[in-house]
Amino acid sequence: MKFSEEFETRFAEMLTHYPTRRSALVPTLLYAQDEVGNLSDEVIAELAGRLDLTELEVRNVISYYSMLTTKPRGKYNVQVCTNIACMLRGGEEILDHCKKKLGISHKGTTQDGLFSLEEVECIGACSWAPAAQVNYDFHENLTNTKMDEILDEYKKKGTQ
Amino acid sequence: MASLVFHPDEVRVISKRFGLGATDIDRYLQLDGYKAVQKALAMQPDALINEVKNSGLRGRGGAGFSAGMKWSFVPKQSAKPKYVLCNGDESEPGTCKDRLIFEHDPHSIIEGVMIAALAVGSHTGYIYIRGEYRYLSVIMQKAIKDAYAKGFLGKNIFGSGYDLDVYWHGGAGAYEVGEESALMESLEGKRGIPRIRPPFPAVVGLWGGPTVINNAETLAAVPHIILGGADWYAKLGTPKNGGTRLFCLAGHLNKPGVYELPMGYNLKKMIYEVGGGIPNGRELKAVVPGGSSTPVLTPDEIDIAMDFDSVAKAGSMLGSGGVVVLDDTTCIVKFALRTMKFYRHESCGWCIPCREGTDWLEKTLTRFHAGAGVKKDIDNIYYLSENMLGKTFCPLGDAAAMPTMAFVKKFRKEFEDHLDGKPCPFEKAGTVEPVLA
Repeated sequence: MKFSEEFETRFAEMLTHYPTRRSALVPTLLYAQDEVGNLSDEVIAELAGRLDLTELEVRNVISYYSMLTTKPRGKYNVQVCTNIACMLRGGEEILDHCKKKLGISHKGTTQDGLFSLEEVECIGACSWAPAAQVNYDFHENLTNTKMDEILDEYKKKGTQ
Repeated sequence: MASLVFHPDEVRVISKRFGLGATDIDRYLQLDGYKAVQKALAMQPDALINEVKNSGLRGRGGAGFSAGMKWSFVPKQSAKPKYVLCNGDESEPGTCKDRLIFEHDPHSIIEGVMIAALAVGSHTGYIYIRGEYRYLSVIMQKAIKDAYAKGFLGKNIFGSGYDLDVYWHGGAGAYEVGEESALMESLEGKRGIPRIRPPFPAVVGLWGGPTVINNAETLAAVPHIILGGADWYAKLGTPKNGGTRLFCLAGHLNKPGVYELPMGYNLKKMIYEVGGGIPNGRELKAVVPGGSSTPVLTPDEIDIAMDFDSVAKAGSMLGSGGVVVLDDTTCIVKFALRTMKFYRHESCGWCIPCREGTDWLEKTLTRFHAGAGVKKDIDNIYYLSENMLGKTFCPLGDAAAMPTMAFVKKFRKEFEDHLDGKPCPFEKAGTVEPVLA
């Protein structure tokens, strides 16, 4: 299994940060997922081998963290926060709007594989609510119009 | 990038370098950066602990425990290595303050970790950043690298003979990991399931070694205390509540934002003056004063000082500094439901009262909000919550129970308005689908 050079450099360095190899697991899983798209059987087997863990131990950790997924997501994962601060300022409407526009529901993926949608818990943007993250990028003080523009932008980027 | 706000009542200590480009290490040095740690290197560990104790700095993650006291619990001699762990897993709904420190002043957190390490005799620090804050972990990784390049970290820091390593670490989406024992589990590469205490982390922490765990904002305050002195810092706040803190104003406000105000700043003033009051000429209905886990306050309860002791006296908690304001168009039942949905999602399932309690409460509140509730449900919601209190390894169970009990107690009438198959009085017709016909 091949990861990027950047991944390998970071991974090798991270192993020197801790007294146990296992400690590098959580951030490594996320970086691996970013490269591959999801934590496939192959990725799990590879990382388990590298960190002296069983595949079951790795799966056990994956199932705990909400950002980690064994199933593929869209190229752009749209995560709309509807927690209290966002809810008060229209987060649920933004989510509904995204559902309609993308034609998918919570944890769904568009047929072209470009977008997936998720209703997420607090992302730490409460003072700039309502907010969403597309992959790791924050988008704040959202309105339906602004959300449209953001999604169109990603669509353009993704189909180029 | 989160936008910055300003208000004349602010006292800028932690936020004084915000917007000034201090992520660049040379700029940080121009702005008095890494002076505090050099001063600390010349001080005795006990003097450092006393300075922080006397400053009245209390944990900004929510518990409000004296930071200096926490440090003093670490044994002087230890066969196992000692660690400092910075908690940057900020995920309490309503809270978005650590994010700004990481974004604008990452070196102040590194410097805080370094001073904490000197105080307890540790040679290794970790800065844990939640997975969603990827751009901040990029900033932090660069900041750490720059500090190593200057010789501020690594072997023989500042030529003092003291070795000190600081590393970053990333999460992958979990609220519960913000709890200190779950945080350590996560850093050790496991599910973030809490550990039983005692032993406390100060004695048995990361990989079994004594560990100091402080919130990012707490640690960011430390260099300022060492440079400005304990007395100066203590006097910024109220007795036993030293300094300032970042308050995250959110919800129905004209000017939401993160403002740095002195501890003990009046909550009413915070809402109506700093936060610009309630938009659209609406009335205030309730305030969640310190993140979603803190009991709600009604409009006649908000003429209080925002420090740990005063808010506790008012029956709530200062918590993590997330002030969420609700206007009179908000349905409290729905708000309680959304809060509970969050805790149900985040409960790790380790303790049965929390796992089952949050699930049943979410189901009951969903049914209740949809108009299929019976009168007995109201007492059951309260009773179920009450029976989660203090019965779990970590405070997630309490965090779900406390606000729910306050919603029922203070807004019982609003719960009653949902009875007898009536639709939610706050919803537009047809937006809530009945769960049970």
